[in-house]
Amino acid sequence: MSTIVRSIAGIGRRTLEGISRMGYATRFFIAALMRSGTAFRRFGLTIREIYFSGVLSLIIILVSGLFVGMVLALQGYETLQTYGSEEVLGVLVALSLVRELGPVVAALLFASRAGSAITAEIGLMKATEQLAAMEMMAVDPVARVVAPRFWAGVISMPLLAALFSAMGILGGYLVGVVLIGVDEGSFWSQMQAKVDFEEDILNGVIKSVVFGIAVTAIALFEGYDAPPTAEGVSGATTRTVVTSSLAILALDFVLTAFMFRGIS
Amino acid sequence: MNRAMLDLWVGIFVVAGIGALMFLALKVGSMNTVDAKESYQVTALFENIGGLKARAPVKSAGVVVGRVSSISFDDKTYEAEVTFSLDKRYSFPTDTTASILTSGLLGEQYIGLEAGGESVKLKNGDRLKLTQSAVVLENLIGQFLYSKAQEGPQQEGTTNEVQ
Amino acid sequence: MDNLVEIENVSFSYGDRPVLKGINLTARRGQVIAIMGNSGCGKTTLLRLIGGQIKPDQGTVKVAGQVVNELKPLDLYSLRRKMGMLFQFGALFTDMNVFENVAFQMREHTKLPEDVIRDLVLMKLHAVGLRGAADLMPSELSGGMARRVALARAIALEPMLVMYDEPFAGLDPISLGVTGNLIRRLTDTLGLTSLVVTHDVQESLKIVDYVYFVSEGIIEAEGTPAEISASNLPFVHQFVHGEADGPVPFHYPAKPYESDLRLGA
Repeated sequence: MSTIVRSIAGIGRRTLEGISRMGYATRFFIAALMRSGTAFRRFGLTIREIYFSGVLSLIIILVSGLFVGMVLALQGYETLQTYGSEEVLGVLVALSLVRELGPVVAALLFASRAGSAITAEIGLMKATEQLAAMEMMAVDPVARVVAPRFWAGVISMPLLAALFSAMGILGGYLVGVVLIGVDEGSFWSQMQAKVDFEEDILNGVIKSVVFGIAVTAIALFEGYDAPPTAEGVSGATTRTVVTSSLAILALDFVLTAFMFRGIS
Repeated sequence: MNRAMLDLWVGIFVVAGIGALMFLALKVGSMNTVDAKESYQVTALFENIGGLKARAPVKSAGVVVGRVSSISFDDKTYEAEVTFSLDKRYSFPTDTTASILTSGLLGEQYIGLEAGGESVKLKNGDRLKLTQSAVVLENLIGQFLYSKAQEGPQQEGTTNEVQ
Repeated sequence: MDNLVEIENVSFSYGDRPVLKGINLTARRGQVIAIMGNSGCGKTTLLRLIGGQIKPDQGTVKVAGQVVNELKPLDLYSLRRKMGMLFQFGALFTDMNVFENVAFQMREHTKLPEDVIRDLVLMKLHAVGLRGAADLMPSELSGGMARRVALARAIALEPMLVMYDEPFAGLDPISLGVTGNLIRRLTDTLGLTSLVVTHDVQESLKIVDYVYFVSEGIIEAEGTPAEISASNLPFVHQFVHGEADGPVPFHYPAKPYESDLRLGA
């Protein structure tokens, strides 16, 4: 009997803890937005962070995009040729990438490459009292450290997703047209006829901006909230990757449900 | 990593990212959506639109001249009311025929426009009177089988028994 | 000489664990004050109270006549510009080199031209003997050097008060002497006031003007180094001479030994 009561109490406690953490995270996020002035007034700070989260993620994004596009073309061709409609291969590759795989896979890679790095860096800065030192020097760490990283992530993510999709389509072209021999003209023209700028490309970009916000905000909060010990920082880094991956997939479902509801 | 190198790399990254976006917008997608200012709206009633969807192309002589903007059901005539926008650059006479066609045997459906001989041109909000519904494959097969059954014993059936 | 720091009857607790229970402490301008006590007695908490990072449950913390715990954030920030703090392991910014670390506050708070900043930074680094290390990254420095760079950073804007959190922890004897001398010399030449939190008795008694002993959240004893050395208070005696047992017991409170071991049961 008492075990049941205790486990119910445990659920209650964890719920309350979760809610208070959510509240803390929201306040942190709002503070970061409110104190973003420095990130724009001294844009050099943000450029530096774009280098660390964007440029350093380029290799993994480009290579993954190329391979994902190549595999899509290979698999798509197998299925499409059964129906004799190989010429829509371009459409298949482009739509899968632009609508879904580009934003989602790029965001997952970004979370594990840049998100974890942000959490580890901020967590270490906290553990080694660098944030406290900054505060004692009358410099607001949220404005000086958090906000530039946030905006850098928000700027980098759509660019990375676009590069991922573009590389993927290039990969699909390589396999589909150059290797298998699908007609080049119909590959591109069918793609252009079926991929719409607003419905597909713009919605993909919106998705990637939302994912960028989610991943960077989670990474920054986990780092800022990490216990100031080695275990604390490593645990926070793991949580960043897990939480932001789940957030990306859940948000993707919600956004897709909203965006592509009208057309079928 | 000094400051200049850092700026350079970020510059390359941003330019490449925007380039990728442009590639997606221009090469992969079609940005030439007929927008509201450059087009005029025309409606047409169809008995059956088959599988026509919003945003399907409107073609004349094989050239895309507009897109279907909305499809609704008219409960007075029990017909489908299709509104489509046509590019301002092209004008059509009022007795233009709109028919729902299929690209290839199983491809997507689109609206084909065939110009008539009238000298008055279509303007915004006009309704096309001459329409031809979609060919529904099931009906076609049904009719074919029916006519075959009719022909039955005779060798040569008359085609005008079939509608 | 007037008082730069005045702490009156300050209490503070983390949650329901009391750390400070009614502390009184003053620091006069130009002095080096040591706050000593065993680990975990709330010395660092005291520094964070003075810096305004936490607020006391009761009592007042005054710095230069301003009540720190009642300041608005903006006023607190402008007061902090006149304070420097040396953290336990330096807390240098790991993504900047030594030069940028020292220049940090000048870049954040002033609009000085680049060549003036350069000269000022090199002067501060020269004062701690590390002008030659300006281009090194913090990861390339030894513990003692990092501490000295952090000191140069703390005095970058010529503060009126510098606080040191365990400046002697984990240093070899040479670095220890160097750091101690630096604290004394900088205090005298720059007209600072220094608050040193430490448990290194021998080194600090050599350089300070006045000592406060904190134990169990209260001031156990205070006095000049000479008075402290001669003190017969049991706690001070135990602390100064590093005895294992005394008022601060060797054993953590427990049941009687015999009954715990179940002898004779």
